[in-house]
Amino acid sequence: MSLTLDQVKRIAHLARIEIGDEEALATQGQLNGIFQLIEQMQAVDTAGIEPMAHAQDLAQRLRADAVSEENRRAAFQAVAPETEAGLYLVPKVIE
Amino acid sequence: MSQWEVVIGIETHAQLATVSKIFSGASTAFGAEPNTQACAVDLALPGVLPVLNRKAVDCAIRFGLAIGAEVAAKSVFARKNYFYPDLPKGYQISQFELPVVVGGAITVQVGSGDKAYEKTINLTRAHLEEDAGKSLHEDFHGKSGIDLNRAGTPLLEIVTEPDMRSSDEAVAYARALHALVRWIGICDGNMQEGSFRCDANVSVRRPGQPFGTRREIKNLNSFRFLKEAIDFEVQWQINEIEEGRKIQQATVLFDPDSGETRTMRTKEDAHDYRYFPDPDLLPLVISRDWMARVRSELPELPGQMRQRFVEQLGLSAYDATTLTASQEIAEFFESTVKIAGAANAKPCANWVMVDLAARLNKEGKELAESPVSAAQLGGLILRIADNTLSNNIAKKVFEALWNGEGASADEVIEKQGLKQITDSGAIEKLVDEVLAANPGNVAEYKAGKEKAFNALVGQVMKAAKGKANPQQVNDLLKAKLAG
Repeated sequence: MSLTLDQVKRIAHLARIEIGDEEALATQGQLNGIFQLIEQMQAVDTAGIEPMAHAQDLAQRLRADAVSEENRRAAFQAVAPETEAGLYLVPKVIE
Repeated sequence: MSQWEVVIGIETHAQLATVSKIFSGASTAFGAEPNTQACAVDLALPGVLPVLNRKAVDCAIRFGLAIGAEVAAKSVFARKNYFYPDLPKGYQISQFELPVVVGGAITVQVGSGDKAYEKTINLTRAHLEEDAGKSLHEDFHGKSGIDLNRAGTPLLEIVTEPDMRSSDEAVAYARALHALVRWIGICDGNMQEGSFRCDANVSVRRPGQPFGTRREIKNLNSFRFLKEAIDFEVQWQINEIEEGRKIQQATVLFDPDSGETRTMRTKEDAHDYRYFPDPDLLPLVISRDWMARVRSELPELPGQMRQRFVEQLGLSAYDATTLTASQEIAEFFESTVKIAGAANAKPCANWVMVDLAARLNKEGKELAESPVSAAQLGGLILRIADNTLSNNIAKKVFEALWNGEGASADEVIEKQGLKQITDSGAIEKLVDEVLAANPGNVAEYKAGKEKAFNALVGQVMKAAKGKANPQQVNDLLKAKLAG
């Protein structure tokens, strides 16, 4: 399988990455290179093998339900571009 | 008028009753100052990693067991990718291909009285995920304000099959689910605070035809809005189709003020979430031991209690379902029966479901606020059962208890002299007096006028200030008149 230029542009849009035509072309080549790798892997017979969701064959560790974090708003907001009344301010978004 | 069939599926987000977030140690308490409960993990600062909250998983297992679902031995967290400022990571951690709960069903009672019927709603799945933050669109100099306190709050998203066929069925399901999650203690069910929110997928079709195109109504936070939104949406879709237009798949919002739904986004701009397994989280493995432990901690479930009420207390299926509609009403009923005795379960059911419910309703009170306790009501029912009180006088005693005129039915009966007269000598005396004073009625009765008998009963009861045992009055009068 290989990606069309339109697909590359759509993926870039979904990832909110601004990409010019030239860059899209280069990226298309790189992504298709990755797809070739995947194709090679897909040639391996995996019948009867249970798919893994993670590279390590381990189970998720869990934590107890307890509050361990205190309020560090001032420190976090010190590095935010803009805040007001304890809120982070962002360009207006209304769906 | 042509016939249409309504098809509804519901997705519910139930906020799980944990004190900390699903992947961080920040507090989930409601109502805190903005961003004071948003830690580095919730803010998606570089280098942080999520660690799963055991209690959130416990809640999911509880739910799965309570609805007879399969609890997955292995489930997987996935990233659901989209960009919105209240989602700092750029993805929501959810579950996609392998959710923690698969299948299951909830049986609900739709309608009331003679029209009531039962319906089983099948569930597709339930999965764990994190909530997003909150965007405030009030004017911050043309900007939006973001509060991330809610970001990372644990949710269980519960998805049904498209099994409901009316807004009433949808509301019955939502109410039953709401009662269940509170019953098993996994969600506080506070709809004003957003702890329990429903999305309704609605379509219409001709009976027997394939499903129509659905539209999803988002974020309904009351049962009334759920019903109003579905009713409006159904009528809108029918009108569209009957006027020759096609329904476009879309997400819509319900405006409670206008009672209308309006399109938020259509399929063309629907999100492409590009789900993939989250490499930050290993698969969630739930052992048989863990499941067995959670099972052993489950309370008696509404369905089991319902069956017990029918089998052991002899209640009708309808009564049993009504009395197990919430844990509060079930506990109240059981406490009443505990005092009044299992033999009086039926009158207990009636008093709780009819008299008490009507009185609460009249004053807009919840059962928890009832001035008459279950113990007081049980004591009252005991006095009806042992003939101390007639049903009519019992209503007076109930009213007195409601108004705090006594600590118990016995005290009210004593203080107000309401004890029923069951001494047949005393009643006979009253009967004799009434017969002597009303020769006209006696003659009429003997001439075959049944009504005259009722008039005589009324006279005796009046003379007894309503306290004579009605059955004894009837029997004695009949005997005297026949003699």
